[in-house]
Amino acid sequence: MTEIRHLTYLDAIAEALSVEMERDPNVVVLGTDVGGSFGGAFKVTKRVATQFGPRRVRNMPMTELAFIGAASGMALMGMRPVVEVQFADFISTGFDSIVQFAATTHYRWGAAVPWVIRAPSDGGIRSGPFHSQNPEAWFVHTPGLKVVAPATPADAKGMLLASIRDDNPVIYFEAKPLYRSLKGPVPDGSEAIPIGVARIAQEGDDVTIVTYGSTVHDSVQAAAELAGDGVTVEVIDLRSLKPMDTDAILESVAKTGRALVVHAANRMAGVGAEIAAFIAEEAFGHLDAPVRRLGGMDIPIPFSPPLEDTYRVSAYDIVRTVREMVAW
Amino acid sequence: MTESLDSAGKLNLAYWMRLTRTLDDALVAMWKQGRGVGGTFSGRGHEAIAVGAGYALGPDDVVAPMHRDLGCYLVRGMSPERILANQLGKEAGVTKGRDANLHGLGDLSLNIIGFVSHLPQSLPVALGAAMAFQYREEPRVALTFTGDGSSNTGLFHETLNLAAVQKAPFVLVVENNQYAYSTPLHEQMAIDDIVVRAPAHGVVGEIVDGNDVMAVYSAVAAAVARARRGDGPSLIEAKTMRMLGHAIHDGAEYVPAELLEKWQQRDPVTLWEAALVAEGALSEATLERLRGECHDEIEAAIEYAERAPLPDPATIGTGVYAT
Repeated sequence: MTEIRHLTYLDAIAEALSVEMERDPNVVVLGTDVGGSFGGAFKVTKRVATQFGPRRVRNMPMTELAFIGAASGMALMGMRPVVEVQFADFISTGFDSIVQFAATTHYRWGAAVPWVIRAPSDGGIRSGPFHSQNPEAWFVHTPGLKVVAPATPADAKGMLLASIRDDNPVIYFEAKPLYRSLKGPVPDGSEAIPIGVARIAQEGDDVTIVTYGSTVHDSVQAAAELAGDGVTVEVIDLRSLKPMDTDAILESVAKTGRALVVHAANRMAGVGAEIAAFIAEEAFGHLDAPVRRLGGMDIPIPFSPPLEDTYRVSAYDIVRTVREMVAW
Repeated sequence: MTESLDSAGKLNLAYWMRLTRTLDDALVAMWKQGRGVGGTFSGRGHEAIAVGAGYALGPDDVVAPMHRDLGCYLVRGMSPERILANQLGKEAGVTKGRDANLHGLGDLSLNIIGFVSHLPQSLPVALGAAMAFQYREEPRVALTFTGDGSSNTGLFHETLNLAAVQKAPFVLVVENNQYAYSTPLHEQMAIDDIVVRAPAHGVVGEIVDGNDVMAVYSAVAAAVARARRGDGPSLIEAKTMRMLGHAIHDGAEYVPAELLEKWQQRDPVTLWEAALVAEGALSEATLERLRGECHDEIEAAIEYAERAPLPDPATIGTGVYAT
């Protein structure tokens, strides 16, 4: 019988690493400051660093391009490296290794590159332009990669297990504002949650919100407030951005006739643009109002609290937008 | 792996270099005749490096060659048929029509990793293979090649540094062929020898004559043995000359004719054949037969590749992901 405990989002990730490293000796962790008694800038790898030591939790010099490339080489030789980039913002320093080599290899010559990059993303914690980013659109735009963005502790664990076991390069965006602020039920054991299957975070009939990551929680909060208006909102937590569960989106929009896409990343050419276009192309006949999008402003992410709060999507923005959609 | 070769080994080097040159010449001729698809690259002048280094590896070692290393693919067991089919975009090519010319010629059953155009990308990938061997305590080595051009990138330095920190069984052969596309060495770097970049990172470095196959073989075999012993990474700078343009479209008029004439005197293929004839290991008649065999082998491969079917457009979306 599976025991249900309540863990923080961070502890759920740490547990997934521990479970999979115990299960599979080919899993190693690479990253800057991940090992030793330090255990990572956010302490996500502290548990496995203590449990498995420096042979399997390996500190890297500050050379993301090289150690992500090295992860590809290890993966080609049958290992399953899990790379931590200290902040998702720094993933740009490893871009060629990801989008040119790893993403294209299986299509070009048939060799699998099974690595995971864990990318602590998202802001709201007063960290400024270079420690707050959500760069998932770059990778959703890249054929050959898989991209996931869990929003709950249970998904954080189950989807990291699935990502490590996947035979493709997977970018795993973990929303760092949830690390210690969010606690939830997490099954014991080693069961993976499949990549590519959305979750209905809340059922409703009037408006569909398609979202992922930290804005799932803002959307659920907005839905609670909108219930007071007599409006029921269905919140779809995509969980996986590439592949994307488009059936779940279509099914919900067919029911509600209204779709709002919400993400923390800036709106311009973001993942929401693709989802909105998809709904317009595939579900136009079901729509009672134009598809709407909410995302960050098209500016570098500012530091100072009133500026960052203005930049970010809030539950209030979601409530206001849904009210406009219902009144349309 | 011994660092010297018996007479059979020396003859093998002559065979692989002559086969490489024959295929290289055939590719250049086919593309000039309009029988090619897209562009192609010649490795003329690089045969001693590609063959000498490839021949120095053990059967379980891994190599990540680049676009001047035709001889390395051949010596590691990739057939001329598959290489030619790939160059012509055929289904029977290594990449089934997915990747161009020598790009992506990877086959893990032959322990060959394919490259991407962003050349220094093969460096950390080969290093990662070496780190996997080290982690699993397997006595295997990973070797890769790069050029003078990519020795200027940050990734070149990042990889050497990481290789040294990890003390990985990794060998890097830098093919210094004097030009990065049209840019000569003195516009690329303010040093005379790329090898000086190795000790800066704690990597053992050595310069060899890249047109002397025995010198390349010996230096690489020593580096491979050192890596296999657990004594860490090495860099070998093989000095040579790119004898044709960057790619088939490039007449390389920017290269001074006297420079090419000077290097032509030291053609790596004929240099080695002449050395074997001089020491009595090879007769003129045997040499003639060897050339004929290479010619026939490549002609048969061309015939096969030209007749092979093109890929079915219906397969275009397959293989983006591993299952």
